[in-house]
Amino acid sequence: MTVDLHFNAERDAEPAEATARSRTASKLRVKDLNLYYGKFHALKQISMEIPERQVTAFIGPSGCGKSTLIRCFNRIHDLYEGIHTEGQILLDDHDIYDSGVDLNLLRSRIGMVFQKPTPFPMSVFDNVAFGIRLYEKLSARELEERVEWALRKAALWEEVKDKLKQSGQALSGGQQQRLCIARTIAVKPEVILLDEPTSALDPISTGYIEDLINELKKDYTIVIVTHNMQQAARISDITAFMYLGNLIECDDTTKIFTQPKESRTEDYITGRYG
Amino acid sequence: MNIQTTSLYRRRKLFNQLVMGACVAATLVGFLFLFAILFTLVTKGLSALSPSIFIERTRMSGGGLGNAIWGTVLMTSVATVLGTIIGVAAGTWLAEYGGKGWMAKVIRFINDILLSAPSIIIGLFIYAVVVVPMGNFSGWAGVLSLTVIIVPVVIRSTEDMLRLIPNSLREAAAALGAHRWWIIVRVCYSGARAGIITGILLGFARISGETAPLLFTSLNSNQWNFFRLGDEMANLPMTIYQNMTINAFIPDLVALAWGGALILTAAILILNIAARYFSRQRS
Amino acid sequence: MATNAIQTDSGLGRLSEATRKRLQRKARIDVLFERTLFVFAFAVLLLLGAIIASLIASSWPALQRFGLDFFTENRWAANVEIFGALPAIYGTLLTSFIAIVIAVPVSFGIAIFLTERCPGFLRQPLSTLIELLAGIPSIIYGMWGMEVLAPLLRTWFPTVFPAGTGLATAGIILAVMIIPFITAVSRDVINTVPAVMRESAYGLGCTTWEVASQVILPSVKTGLVGGVVLGLGRALGETMAVTFVIGNNLFLNTTLTGQGTSIAALIANQFSESDGTQRSALLALGLILFLITFVVLAIARYLLRNSTGRHA
Repeated sequence: MTVDLHFNAERDAEPAEATARSRTASKLRVKDLNLYYGKFHALKQISMEIPERQVTAFIGPSGCGKSTLIRCFNRIHDLYEGIHTEGQILLDDHDIYDSGVDLNLLRSRIGMVFQKPTPFPMSVFDNVAFGIRLYEKLSARELEERVEWALRKAALWEEVKDKLKQSGQALSGGQQQRLCIARTIAVKPEVILLDEPTSALDPISTGYIEDLINELKKDYTIVIVTHNMQQAARISDITAFMYLGNLIECDDTTKIFTQPKESRTEDYITGRYG
Repeated sequence: MNIQTTSLYRRRKLFNQLVMGACVAATLVGFLFLFAILFTLVTKGLSALSPSIFIERTRMSGGGLGNAIWGTVLMTSVATVLGTIIGVAAGTWLAEYGGKGWMAKVIRFINDILLSAPSIIIGLFIYAVVVVPMGNFSGWAGVLSLTVIIVPVVIRSTEDMLRLIPNSLREAAAALGAHRWWIIVRVCYSGARAGIITGILLGFARISGETAPLLFTSLNSNQWNFFRLGDEMANLPMTIYQNMTINAFIPDLVALAWGGALILTAAILILNIAARYFSRQRS
Repeated sequence: MATNAIQTDSGLGRLSEATRKRLQRKARIDVLFERTLFVFAFAVLLLLGAIIASLIASSWPALQRFGLDFFTENRWAANVEIFGALPAIYGTLLTSFIAIVIAVPVSFGIAIFLTERCPGFLRQPLSTLIELLAGIPSIIYGMWGMEVLAPLLRTWFPTVFPAGTGLATAGIILAVMIIPFITAVSRDVINTVPAVMRESAYGLGCTTWEVASQVILPSVKTGLVGGVVLGLGRALGETMAVTFVIGNNLFLNTTLTGQGTSIAALIANQFSESDGTQRSALLALGLILFLITFVVLAIARYLLRNSTGRHA
């Protein structure tokens, strides 16, 4: 209980404090993280820092553990049994794996967008308002403003402003994904996790979402998992390369793509395996 | 804003705990009732069980359930065989030939209705079309009413299982020059076999506990009747029913009814477990 | 199918006589096979037609004699040859209604517990148990109601249940009977919700109840309603669970807990000792029951077809 109140106080103090920090302050710090699916050792001794208000991309071949890792950041793994973690992940110096952490609050601070669009079975408006209503009591007008703000941020407002009452599931795939992004930012989280957000989308929708990520990093810390190396190169500031559950290398994106330190990184980037 | 958020969140959390508590309570209450039933069944049933219950025929005083058990086994088995032939054939047509045509849609819909039609109605139907013209209650009438109940179950599971066979398998067989009926018999059935058997076993379990359709078809009898399906046929559910109602003034018969109920339920549970075993083999 | 035979004759003339014969024979089997299967499938349609036709035909004498009075007459008195369906219809609808009111919240509660909250080691055993319990023959529920529940109700609430048996008792027994069924359907339907859907709701900071009530249940609404209506169908047509505990009072008694009767119970009780008009009137009751359940089941199937729909 003490911890979650603490989290809450932090929530509003955050923006002011954040501007005071340098742009490269760490938002998330991973310390000696190990994860096991039953006996399978899926993440091995991961340590890294995720800088605030930058885009950190995770790349690597299928099954390397990149999705597994970002699913640790909001502890979505806790929904399932047989998954066991060791080590720490610090969000602003608080270990999110601390036993006193309130998972719901944690997840309201760290939003997540999934590979496949997941509009809820309700109207476009209610989809976006859904998360807001959970934590804030806004007047109808404030709520409308917030929804519009989130939809504008997600570059979806122009397309859906006349169909806010329609079902969110009736939108196209690309629109659905942007709706999910709008739903996530409407809660004003501090970190946004994106798990291969464009892999189910066409190139045009992908373009929209990449532009959006660029826009969002002014206000949010963004962590993205991607299959697509070009995408990582285009949108991220930091790139982390993972292989077989190990974090091989993590550095500025330009460095990773031009002069990687590790030969395995170079092999992957030049397409020798993956 | 901060305080408001916290109080809103506290309320949500409290509400969540209340509802989840209610869910746990529902689970406890539900299982409590069901265990109470099983408890009564086992305690009352076990005390009535003895080897002679399987050997002796039913009598107005004393006796066993031998003829009733035999009658149920015979009638449900014959009904299952008939139901399997009809159900597998019709289910195959729906899955392999009917496709999305209107005829298949209508048949499927009607089959779904029959699947959960009240069994007493089936009994009335067989009474009207079999018992009345034949002039007497008979084992065949019982068999037919049970067949009408099991057929939709078999149709449904046959169709569902055949639909799980990927089309690429059919195409591969056709590319080798196999005819359609041969593809169905050799390729599709062998893939769907476990699932179809599961469906048949579940249907078998269901009809062996049916009482209502036997009321006006096979009726009941106190005599041994091994294979004369043309005559009235003793059966377990009817014996239980009569012992609990018109014969309820005889304590021995009520005890026998509980013994019979335990045997019936145990048999049905075993059939259900066997069905699960088959369906697990599939996956 | 018919084209097969033609092609064997004309297009492939180079084949040897023996091969050609064999192919022709197989093609003929193909046609025969399909037609045979179709006959069996078509029999399902005939079956439904025959059920309705035979019920109408055999209930015709009674319907002709009583006309609309059959539906408004409030007693079923064989000794004076007055047969009214009202007490039985009232009992059927009321007991099923009570059953649904009790069973739905309990079943949904169990289903939510099983899918969202249940510890992993218990989930599979409890689910299996629920499905097994759904297979217990209904006569067992009736026996338990008569031997255990009715005496208990009489001892605990003598003013409400003076006899122990009655419409409400029958409703409770029906509820206990359909709880495993509705729970099993609901659990299956809930399990069709993709995992990412739950994850993204939890990802926004929802509590378990919010995930269930606002995301999971609405996305499978039709399936759940279909399952409930299917359960209602079972309750409406149930004979054995009801007969023992409903009290078998053949005069209309418009209370909740009083003794009454239902269509199925009335048929089960009187059919074997009836003849003439009484038998015809009982068959007319059967026809009414069939029409009621037909409508209810048609609705359920319509709703379930599009969601999951693999239930007996």
